[in-house]
Amino acid sequence: MSIADVKAKHRVVGEEIVRHDAVEKVCGRTSYSADAALPGMLHAMLRRSDVCHARLRSIDVERAKAIDGVVAVLLADDVPNNRIWVDVPGQTLEVGALKSFQNVLADGIVRYHGEPVALVIARSEDAALAAVDAIEIDYERLPVVDDPGRALDDDAPKVHESGNLLTEWVLEEGDVDAALRDAPVVVEDSYQTQFIDHAYLEPESGLAWLDTDGVIVIRASTQVIEHFRDVAHILGVDENRVRVIAPYVGGGFGGKEDMTVEPYLGLAVSRTGQPVRMVWSRQESLQARQNRHAVRMRYRTAADEQGNLIAQDIEILSDGGAYAFLSALVLLYSTTCAPGPYRCPNVRIHSRVVYTNHTPCSAMRGFGGMQVALGYEGQMDKLARRLGMDPLELRRRNFVEKGDTLAIGQPLPTHVALPELTEAVESRMGPRPLPSGPDKLVGRGFSCNLQSYGRCVWLDDWSSAWIGFELDGSLVIRIGVPDIGCGQASSLVQIASEVLGVAPGRITIHIGDSALNPLTGTTTATRQLYMSGNAVLKAATELRDGLSEVAAAMLDVEADRVVFSPDGVHDGDEPDRTVGFPALIAECARRDVPWQRLSVFNGPKGAAWKADERWRGRVLPDFTYGCHAVDIELDRETGHVRVLRYVAAHDVGRAINPASVRGQIVGAVAMGLGQALSERVVFEEGQNLTGTFAQYLIPTAVEIPDVEAIVLESGEGLGPFGARGIGEPPVGPPIPAIAAALHDAAGVTMTVTPFTSERIADAIEGRTGAAD
Amino acid sequence: MNISLKVNGVAAEVDVPPHWTLLRMLRDMLLHHEVKHGCGEGVCGACTVLLDGVAVNGCLVLAVQADGADVRTVASLAEGDALHPLQRELVERGAVQCGFCTAGVVLGALEATTIGAAGSREEIRRSLAGNLCRCTGYATIVDAVEAYQLTR
Repeated sequence: MSIADVKAKHRVVGEEIVRHDAVEKVCGRTSYSADAALPGMLHAMLRRSDVCHARLRSIDVERAKAIDGVVAVLLADDVPNNRIWVDVPGQTLEVGALKSFQNVLADGIVRYHGEPVALVIARSEDAALAAVDAIEIDYERLPVVDDPGRALDDDAPKVHESGNLLTEWVLEEGDVDAALRDAPVVVEDSYQTQFIDHAYLEPESGLAWLDTDGVIVIRASTQVIEHFRDVAHILGVDENRVRVIAPYVGGGFGGKEDMTVEPYLGLAVSRTGQPVRMVWSRQESLQARQNRHAVRMRYRTAADEQGNLIAQDIEILSDGGAYAFLSALVLLYSTTCAPGPYRCPNVRIHSRVVYTNHTPCSAMRGFGGMQVALGYEGQMDKLARRLGMDPLELRRRNFVEKGDTLAIGQPLPTHVALPELTEAVESRMGPRPLPSGPDKLVGRGFSCNLQSYGRCVWLDDWSSAWIGFELDGSLVIRIGVPDIGCGQASSLVQIASEVLGVAPGRITIHIGDSALNPLTGTTTATRQLYMSGNAVLKAATELRDGLSEVAAAMLDVEADRVVFSPDGVHDGDEPDRTVGFPALIAECARRDVPWQRLSVFNGPKGAAWKADERWRGRVLPDFTYGCHAVDIELDRETGHVRVLRYVAAHDVGRAINPASVRGQIVGAVAMGLGQALSERVVFEEGQNLTGTFAQYLIPTAVEIPDVEAIVLESGEGLGPFGARGIGEPPVGPPIPAIAAALHDAAGVTMTVTPFTSERIADAIEGRTGAAD
Repeated sequence: MNISLKVNGVAAEVDVPPHWTLLRMLRDMLLHHEVKHGCGEGVCGACTVLLDGVAVNGCLVLAVQADGADVRTVASLAEGDALHPLQRELVERGAVQCGFCTAGVVLGALEATTIGAAGSREEIRRSLAGNLCRCTGYATIVDAVEAYQLTR
């Protein structure tokens, strides 16, 4: 199918409709999680650990409890089930039965700076804050593990009794040692990425209350309303006694995938019976909530003289911080993506994630698959230089294709548009810029990537959606999707409109409620448009099929001649013959034909994973591919980088709303540029030093140039109408693209992010970084 | 302390603790939840309001400093569904994603265009430097402010 065919087929899908939520938001009418209050509302606040590794000799809460307005101070013993267990897939049994845990409140020991120790509940925020400060903790300091490279040494202090290896993967395809020995060209280097904070503008927050029938309702900023189950387990009540509502979320990026305020609100309401609000400060958010993994990589890459890859030998060491959270899955994504979108007959990967006394790491946009882009693309550029080849030509020679299999055994089930993407980007970049002055250097860099969409196939992922007409012909969608700002809800409205004809303005979508909406799974893993989109498409299609029979009888035509349009249902051959939706619904009622539909969409399954080095198989549903290019100007004295031009191309299969797709691409590029150039969470012996936005520097409008997004539509993807996911994929390529541009400009090989002015200037003066 | 002020044209008499910020008073006493708390340290700009016409971070102004002032929040701009032209540009150009920064962006950009500090794209970018956005990459916001500027 040609790209023109893909676009011509649809009426609403592919249109840049204005998102309904944008109008509310621009007027300040959207009620976020902290934007509500209830009579008699209490305030909850956490006392967090001041140190990063210590035994808690004693916690004295008496002074805190005596403060006027303090209702309760809870410690670990007050939590019915204090442990949150997580699965740990990987080729190690070191952590026990493939399970790890974190505590709701610290239980005798703290393992990172900012770990929750006590929960204060008070009548005012001022009283809560005073009580938090009045809690006296006697720490017995323990030796600190603050270097992942030392975490596995025999004499390293243990973060957990089970040892510091959280999990690992060992893979080998072919004979890597022989290939490296015999190869005409081998390049090798080490790469390192830093801890990154999600830095969404809305801090973690929520309001909770006790509803009728003893149900605890938690209205919180979350990407996962299904955490109602986890809260129930913590409280020791049936899962159906906890309800989570996610109103529109002020940014997530993975940071609201694990629970934040939810367990504490559940505990506070359970304890007091009163409504309780909890809002984390920016300092708490930056210092104590999970980060993106800092990753160290070692790559050896071999090729023949024509540039065909022969071998890749890859070691990955990821700093997981003090608790497991989603580290094992993040490492799995790193392992899967580590060889990049390139064919290679001999691949060895040894990847490990270790515990340290840093803030725990977990999900963040790109989820382990983005850090390794610096490694595999850094190697391709190095190889191109060694061979004297054009960097894109070298890549084109090695790109994977549909039907290929990645080293871990992962099949690539859909079209791989990398050749088209590189051509699109190359042709848009135009002539190279000239330096603006004698001290300036300019450089251009390219990068390519693959990044998955959809959850790991072992997790039996599914989504459900309900669609129904009202008697006046307006339409309702009920679906438990949290909308974290990407237009999740709006895109689902477009899909339903496409199938059922009803104009988007006459569709209301009720989202993000675990009790009143069909569950549709997490807003994570670039899965909502794919999974929830397919669920809505399925429900709408099945609903239409039922209604078509009734409409056909009313119009006295065959069902396949019935066309759904904004005005109702008409005869496709004689468009003037129309039945309005209200009349159609009334007729359905007479005939006992339902005018609502609940449908479930199931994701692809994969062979169950086993803890065995020989295991190979499908890990993920599919991938989105991209090619980016950047022009920079570099000040050779100061090392300051100015991004002049940026082009990012991705094949999204089918753009449901092209404006939303471009928004994801441009926003992710900005986030990737922040990681490339300025952002870093800084620890000193485990103490977090970047607790404010004055210290943790996300890019402003001044640093980010106009990014041009190129949206290719191959029509091949596993989502509705052939769509692929796009939320995460564009965040990885900016880092290797900038690194390539720096080499192009100044001949320096930058391998440690962020590429700060200081580091670049040092490299230019030959203090660090080898030219090659 | 007792203060009186106008918020979006409505007079209010408030008994506010002396250490409370304007942001906290607006949100927790007067329930103007359209003013967002993003960082509390004057960096992110989500709490931007117009204080006697001047854009300020509500978290850096004490409530008592607003005694006698005319405070405007983003909620004062649209009349029903009739958006302010700047709001309309932001919506139509896809400049609103999660929306948490948007209230501050609108007021910051409005002030910048009013005082003539947003002529070129470069100037618009500089004028937005006090409003952090983690979703959009800023380009659509700059587009919207530029388009609004041209229609004024």
